[in-house]
Amino acid sequence: MSARLTASIRKRLSDHFTLDVALDEAQGITIVFGASGSGKSTLLRCLSGLLTPESGEVRVGATTLFDSGRAINLSPQHRNMGYVFQQLALFPHMSVERNMAYGVPHLTPPERQKRIASTAERFGIAHLLARKPGAISGGERQRVALARALVSDPHLLLLDEPLSGLDHTTQSRIIDDLRAWNAAHDIPILYVTHSHREVFALGERVVVLENGRVLAKGTPQEVMDAPAHETLAQLAGFENFFTGVVTGRRPDLGVMQCRLNGTTTELEIPLADIEVGAPVRVAIRAGDILLANQEPRGLSARNVLPGTLVFTVQEGPTVVARIDAGIFFTVHLTPGAMETLHLRPQCPVWLVVKTHSCRLVAL
Amino acid sequence: MDWTAIALSVRLATIVALILLVLGLPIAYWLTFSKWRGKFLVEGVVALPLVLPPTVLGLYVLMAIGSQSPIGRAWTAWTGHGLAFTFEGLVLASILYSLPFAVQPFASAFSQVDTTLLDASATLGASRWRTFQRIVLPLSVEGIVTGLVLSFAHTLGEFGVVLMVGGNLPGITRTVSISIYDQVQAFQYGAAHKTALLLLAFSFAVLASVYAILRKPWAVPALS
Repeated sequence: MSARLTASIRKRLSDHFTLDVALDEAQGITIVFGASGSGKSTLLRCLSGLLTPESGEVRVGATTLFDSGRAINLSPQHRNMGYVFQQLALFPHMSVERNMAYGVPHLTPPERQKRIASTAERFGIAHLLARKPGAISGGERQRVALARALVSDPHLLLLDEPLSGLDHTTQSRIIDDLRAWNAAHDIPILYVTHSHREVFALGERVVVLENGRVLAKGTPQEVMDAPAHETLAQLAGFENFFTGVVTGRRPDLGVMQCRLNGTTTELEIPLADIEVGAPVRVAIRAGDILLANQEPRGLSARNVLPGTLVFTVQEGPTVVARIDAGIFFTVHLTPGAMETLHLRPQCPVWLVVKTHSCRLVAL
Repeated sequence: MDWTAIALSVRLATIVALILLVLGLPIAYWLTFSKWRGKFLVEGVVALPLVLPPTVLGLYVLMAIGSQSPIGRAWTAWTGHGLAFTFEGLVLASILYSLPFAVQPFASAFSQVDTTLLDASATLGASRWRTFQRIVLPLSVEGIVTGLVLSFAHTLGEFGVVLMVGGNLPGITRTVSISIYDQVQAFQYGAAHKTALLLLAFSFAVLASVYAILRKPWAVPALS
């Protein structure tokens, strides 16, 4: 049975914010990605019926959940969906088992027992059934919240940053379990997140929200690797943005040159339909820039820029370096690389950037 | 020792506390979850007994249930006797007098229940009534017990309203506080002291045991 989620929603929350989104999603995981305040949670609340949109429609397969034109508005109780809240919202006074039983009071006790046991088994929480949410770990609580939402066999699953605050290994294990469940229960899943790492780990499809509107949609590679707008590029984890002027074009080689504003630094960037003399905006991921402590030779990379190391800060497993190459660059490297290169502030360094690591974004 | 008065007070306080439990829960629920803009008006009315002198409240209750009033006449037509200066009249007056002591702790407990839990309950298919029974009530137990005990204790100790509405009829409306007042008026300080001490000890025992139940001092502190 193919039960697509189709929705168009308009919901005004304030003078400055209106959610205006249309979705048409097949089974499987669709990532809803955006900064906080972009409308991700509002979208889920509208789909679930916890909020009522001013206008629009929500359909799962042939079932209409909401239709402002026909005055249909099923209550959340009757929408047959699973919802995992960011705060998880496990009932603290009930055991894991009673939490899971909560959504299926209509089943006969043996049937209910069977359903809970198999769902608990799938999410690896069978040994926790007798415990209360306060007595299990964060990762286990997240599994319980997922399992509780799925016991009733919903036709739509809404996940509001369900794995935030977990380490990457735990996250990927839970995601694997969710995928396995999804393979057996072919329903649309909307997965809200603001972490671009999760977008690549999870999704076949991503919908990017900005200020209540769909900014872009497609595969994570399409949307996140070649961001069309600067806001999208920022969301997608680009750290370096420069404005420059096109100084030369080589259509035969598929490249063009630009000079970064306020410097004499020239970058080779991918060819685009921009005339010589016109301004361009270039985005480069900090992780796509190589750092050398002597001038590198014999490289395929076309952009080698001399500069000086200004400072470094360690952020988790990443060292963030600021380099002055006439203009400031942010570069990510590993602590090990840092050591090998003997990098200290004021050291001369060379930045190496591949042409195609330079992404053009709209001005 | 005026055992009749003590028994009467305990009976009155028990009945009033139980009625306030039944009456106070829906009022508190409405006050907590209603989105009506004029809600503050009802909140004001519920809190009035906190600030009004008992004599004022007593006077109006007396006028409302007197034989000239519609309520009084209806009651007389139904039961064959009036409401004023009866135990039933006393119950009615005490319910009004102790209302905020039940409703406010109930409402404050309800409002502290995480609203995400209520949303989660709705998305899991539970009706409002089921959500109230299974989520709101169990998570508000402390506030409900507090309200129950406060309304009991407050009714047990009331004086002015009882005097206005009930008068001083032994076995019918002479509560323990009025009995103590009578004894003092008759210069029977010894008897007054005995009754007062009993009331003091009883009140303390009830309050302390309730707080003990809520605090669970014997429980092992939970690991966070």
